[in-house]
Amino acid sequence: MRKIRVIIAKPGLDGHDRGAKVLARSLMEKGFDVIYAGIRQTPEDIVRAAIEEDVDVIGLSVLSGSHLYQFRRVASLMKQNKIDDVLLIGGGIIPESDKPKLAKIGVSAVFGPGSSIDEISNFINSKCRRLK
Amino acid sequence: MNNIKKALDSWERKINSKSERFTRSGIPVKVLHTPLDVKGSYMESLGFPGKYPFTRGIHEEMYRKRLWTIREFSGYGDAVETNRRLKYLLQQGETGLSIAFDYPTLLGLDSDDELSRGEFGMAGVGISTLEDMELMFQDIPLGSVSTSMTINGPAAVIWAFYILAAEHQGVSPAELRGTIQNDILKEYMAQKSYIFPPEPSLKLVVDTIEYSSKALPQWNPISISGYHIREAGATAVQELAFTIANGLTYVEETVKRGLDIDDFAPRLSFFFDSSIYFFEEIAKFRAARRIWAREIRSRYKPKKERSMWMRFHTQTSGVSLTAQQPENNIVRTTIEAMAAVLGGTQSLHTNAMDEALGLPTELAATVALRTQQIIAEESGLSDTVDPAGGSYYLEWLTDEMEKETYAYLDRINSMGGVIKGIRNGFFQKEIAESSYRYQKEVEEKKRIIVGVNTYARSGVVKIPLLKVSERYERRQISRLREYRKDRDEQKVRQALNDIQKAAWERNLMPSIISATRARATLGEIVAAMKEVWGEFREQVIF
Repeated sequence: MRKIRVIIAKPGLDGHDRGAKVLARSLMEKGFDVIYAGIRQTPEDIVRAAIEEDVDVIGLSVLSGSHLYQFRRVASLMKQNKIDDVLLIGGGIIPESDKPKLAKIGVSAVFGPGSSIDEISNFINSKCRRLK
Repeated sequence: MNNIKKALDSWERKINSKSERFTRSGIPVKVLHTPLDVKGSYMESLGFPGKYPFTRGIHEEMYRKRLWTIREFSGYGDAVETNRRLKYLLQQGETGLSIAFDYPTLLGLDSDDELSRGEFGMAGVGISTLEDMELMFQDIPLGSVSTSMTINGPAAVIWAFYILAAEHQGVSPAELRGTIQNDILKEYMAQKSYIFPPEPSLKLVVDTIEYSSKALPQWNPISISGYHIREAGATAVQELAFTIANGLTYVEETVKRGLDIDDFAPRLSFFFDSSIYFFEEIAKFRAARRIWAREIRSRYKPKKERSMWMRFHTQTSGVSLTAQQPENNIVRTTIEAMAAVLGGTQSLHTNAMDEALGLPTELAATVALRTQQIIAEESGLSDTVDPAGGSYYLEWLTDEMEKETYAYLDRINSMGGVIKGIRNGFFQKEIAESSYRYQKEVEEKKRIIVGVNTYARSGVVKIPLLKVSERYERRQISRLREYRKDRDEQKVRQALNDIQKAAWERNLMPSIISATRARATLGEIVAAMKEVWGEFREQVIF
């Protein structure tokens, strides 16, 4: 059986990559196929990589406050490229009041500080199984 | 000592609590520490405050004579809005300014750059021009306040803006007091706000150190920072070791430029994290001073005592804050701030309770400020010098931190120095390992975080948050466009050409200042440097 493929990327300019890196490595240890794209990725870079790597999940981490702009842009590029069946999740410093806005544009879940790896991997597993 | 040993042996036979405990750096902690743990002589390892090796503090009377500077890191939106927050903090009793810049500014991009979209004013204030800098400090007399600016890649440019903003206020460079962070090495290791490759970046840092030694004798041209290394996941030992290694690299490069150690070492400053594992933090600060003094003395034989001083700013740990039950963060910050004060810091920023959720509101920022004022005015911690000194545990831990730091310094040395280590990913790997290990410990509840993996409460967090209005960005972009219209384009081009010619040839500060006078913007100046020096891309390590 094909492993679930996840791309973890940091859109925008912020370099706070601690969470993204720990998550990438932890998901790998849990048996996912993980592509870690790194920092300063444009939404275009991320969607292109997601298509090339044929991923099931896009995970975006933003700690600079620019999440609304970045997530919107990624979501709309996903739609344009007809990969909006790919699960889109996010993490970082994201205020509660922005979560409904993110949900509306297609972000399935936001994992803020203190989220456990199990919580995230269970979520991906349950969603991806349902997608298939 | 023999009596103590005998008594300790018989005491140890009776105790049951033998399970191992470790500090956050993995140093095993005993159930009890006694005089037997404290090696070395008092005069050699501790001595007196204000005297080599400065373990107990760099000043004779420490906070009795002068309190640490209360300096709250702030900035959001545009220059005008940040000016309002800075004045508010000064009115509330803050004693120094500390500027947070947004990501475009940190990366040397103008506010209207395509890559800046969505980022303007979010994580700090957006500054693109000399005019922005002047607006940020409107009605704040730069001759009488000290300003710390957290800026690295384009630090030289932002500094030029500041110098000229002061000039327009009628304040000469020699009167200016403050700090530019300007520590590029830790950017490659941890914070990742690099622009150019390490070699030209280091050249630019030495340019600023050289320039300040001549023109701004009261300025700290660098703040050698462990904070970001730590926040990225390093342990306290790694934070200390990598910071000292970086510091020694800057000193060596500056000496190679031909400067005398006593002409610049007194103006080097440092910046550490203070996290929640209380005693290890205090030990780290004390060990840091001792190691730095020893290394500077043995390597460079300075004549001035001040050249051996490690003066440092401290910030409480952002990573230690939780988004869950945010009010608890006030307590964490208090503990961390106390460790910094017991460690002898020269300046302190206390985080606000809401910073795991967003930028601090005015209320949260005020509570953070009051936290410092309570420690300073009520707790009595400032009444005697190094009040924690002499604790068997603390002195033992200070020695341990030092030992472990030297082990790292030897490793870095044998791999050919800091830049080699950055290029081969050594530091990045070490930091990633530590942060991964820590996360595992949290997941397995070997490390408890109250409100997160223990005593958790379900439900949505209700706390007011600061919202950065889009109005600031519109205001900024129209101001920036007007600024570019009102100038002589030929002069700008010529000034930028001069920067390119000087890039490898001579100290860049005069050219950057000239370009600023010609009304070149931050983005334009940095772009000119990129053309000569190129840009750094990291190899991804996780």
